[in-house]
Amino acid sequence: MNQPTRGYRVFQGVNGVILTLVVLVTLYPFVNIIARSFSGERQIRAGEVTLWPEGFNLTTYRIVFQDSMFWRNYGNTVLYTVVSTVVAMVLTTCYAYVLSKRNLKGRGVLVGVAVFTMFFTGGLIPNYVLVTSLGLKNSVWAIALPNAISVFNLLVMKAFFESLPTELEEAAEIDGLSTYGILLRVVLPLSKAVIATMLLFYSVSFWNSWFSAYLYMDRTELMPATVYLRNLISGATTGGNAGAGTEQLSQVGANIQAVTIVLTSLPILCVYPFVQRYFVSGVMLGAVKG
Amino acid sequence: MSTSTTSAPPPGTQDPPPKTRHGPAHPVAARRGWRRALRRDWQLYSLAVLPLLFFLVFRYLPMIGNVIAFRRFEPGGSILGEQWVGLRYVRMFLTDPTFWQVFRNTLWLGGLTLVFCFPIPIVLALLLNEVRRRSLKRFVQSVSYLPHFLSIVIVAGITMQMLATDGPVNHVLDWFGHDPVRFIQEPGWFRTIYVGSEIWQTAGWGTILYLAALTTIDEDLYEAARIDGASRWRQIWHVTLPGIRPTMITLLILNIGTFLAVGFEKVLLLYNPLTYPTADVVSTYLYRAGVESNSFSYAAAIGLFEAIIGLVLVTGANQLSRRTVGTSLW
Repeated sequence: MNQPTRGYRVFQGVNGVILTLVVLVTLYPFVNIIARSFSGERQIRAGEVTLWPEGFNLTTYRIVFQDSMFWRNYGNTVLYTVVSTVVAMVLTTCYAYVLSKRNLKGRGVLVGVAVFTMFFTGGLIPNYVLVTSLGLKNSVWAIALPNAISVFNLLVMKAFFESLPTELEEAAEIDGLSTYGILLRVVLPLSKAVIATMLLFYSVSFWNSWFSAYLYMDRTELMPATVYLRNLISGATTGGNAGAGTEQLSQVGANIQAVTIVLTSLPILCVYPFVQRYFVSGVMLGAVKG
Repeated sequence: MSTSTTSAPPPGTQDPPPKTRHGPAHPVAARRGWRRALRRDWQLYSLAVLPLLFFLVFRYLPMIGNVIAFRRFEPGGSILGEQWVGLRYVRMFLTDPTFWQVFRNTLWLGGLTLVFCFPIPIVLALLLNEVRRRSLKRFVQSVSYLPHFLSIVIVAGITMQMLATDGPVNHVLDWFGHDPVRFIQEPGWFRTIYVGSEIWQTAGWGTILYLAALTTIDEDLYEAARIDGASRWRQIWHVTLPGIRPTMITLLILNIGTFLAVGFEKVLLLYNPLTYPTADVVSTYLYRAGVESNSFSYAAAIGLFEAIIGLVLVTGANQLSRRTVGTSLW
């Protein structure tokens, strides 16, 4: 770089301040919520909690841990995430592989069928009527099937398959492998990077989802943790089982939301540092080639 | 492809799909082409069967299902409705004062989101691009992406906690001697809260594509600009911004296309009957009308209206940008 002017150095300083502010504004709510989840009820009400727990106690964690419904819902989240992700991965991989074959007759139509759904959708009511009349209500399929293929993910995967060298597949074909064999034994082992990325995309989105479950699950014991949290926020349930003392109950009111927020986002916060760069590269791949 | 497989295609795949009609001019040749393609690639086509079924059932059938907007639908009856009623439900919502209120709210929220949430990632990306220390740049980026990975329920929960009467925002107001504000119950605050939380969640993530676009700008252009005596600002204005213009336009078109579908889930989580006057949008209104009050046909009519406007907006924006700046999505 040629030597910076004074104006540019001032700009660099201002820029540093702005970006520091961005970091603080982004992180503060998290840190505050985590601090609240470990704090005493009185200290929260008095506004003493900022970055560090005040009046440290684990009462609320104990209450949430003892709430069998929370664990049940947490388990549901795990189950729904696993089932939906498996279904989504299988369908997306198959279709992306087919679409990646440039010489396939009718490929344009197959791509069009998928892409058109990005611009026009049936809408909430027809979907609701459909899922209800298919009898999928109150089952994991109401969550897994209607969201089985994300067109964005499909295009990312298609772009990746297209970038693989075709010679390998041709060689495998000469060796007598069928299309299924080529996909399973040649293409997929070469595609670990994109498979890992897609697994992440899907599992995070299913872990975070709440609306399908909220729509299609009628009973509390079928809800995922996100809906448990949603009901806490809207005041539909107070959380925690009966039997807690008055002091405990006010503790619940003060920060049970904070505890639930922490527990529900915990898995994501734990894997986040390790996986975010995969997300970033996946998004760029999708944007460039999509 | 697999010439080694001579086995006959499985039943059901033998007939060419009806799409052949749009194929080459000679129908016979086209049919022969299809037959050959099917014999050669039937294994590939078989992989597409389940995904196609998914698209037909869960994407295209609901599109057809929109006919219940013009038919009387009875819960438990046919998913395509019982009898034609014409434009009855369309007339109903066009004369419904609540509809016009939620329509106005939608335009407000959509407009504010576009005005604030679209440019902020561009500014942030430009600022990040000027950071010379890679480690610092990477750290700021990683932190700013984080909210994007959280469930919208968690974002709503955090928003509520921050704005609660005993939350941090009210404590800052307290220092300045201000009485606590019940943000969540005040219609006057809803738009600010909505847009603010949206910026918090999406600004960092939105920078990804711009940062990628910035790396593709040719260094020689900056060099040339410097030789011509351009200052930093002029370099940004004449080199950097034109360099990311295609990305800006693409994202602008996409944003305009989803204009009316503003944050349905987030509004649903953040609003309450007290804030309906400013918070209730078309999609939440149709949700209440359809799912909660069982007026499926009425709600479907509103939904169809919403989807068509969305489609018109995205194609219109696309046309406009193709005519004026020469870049478009398709």
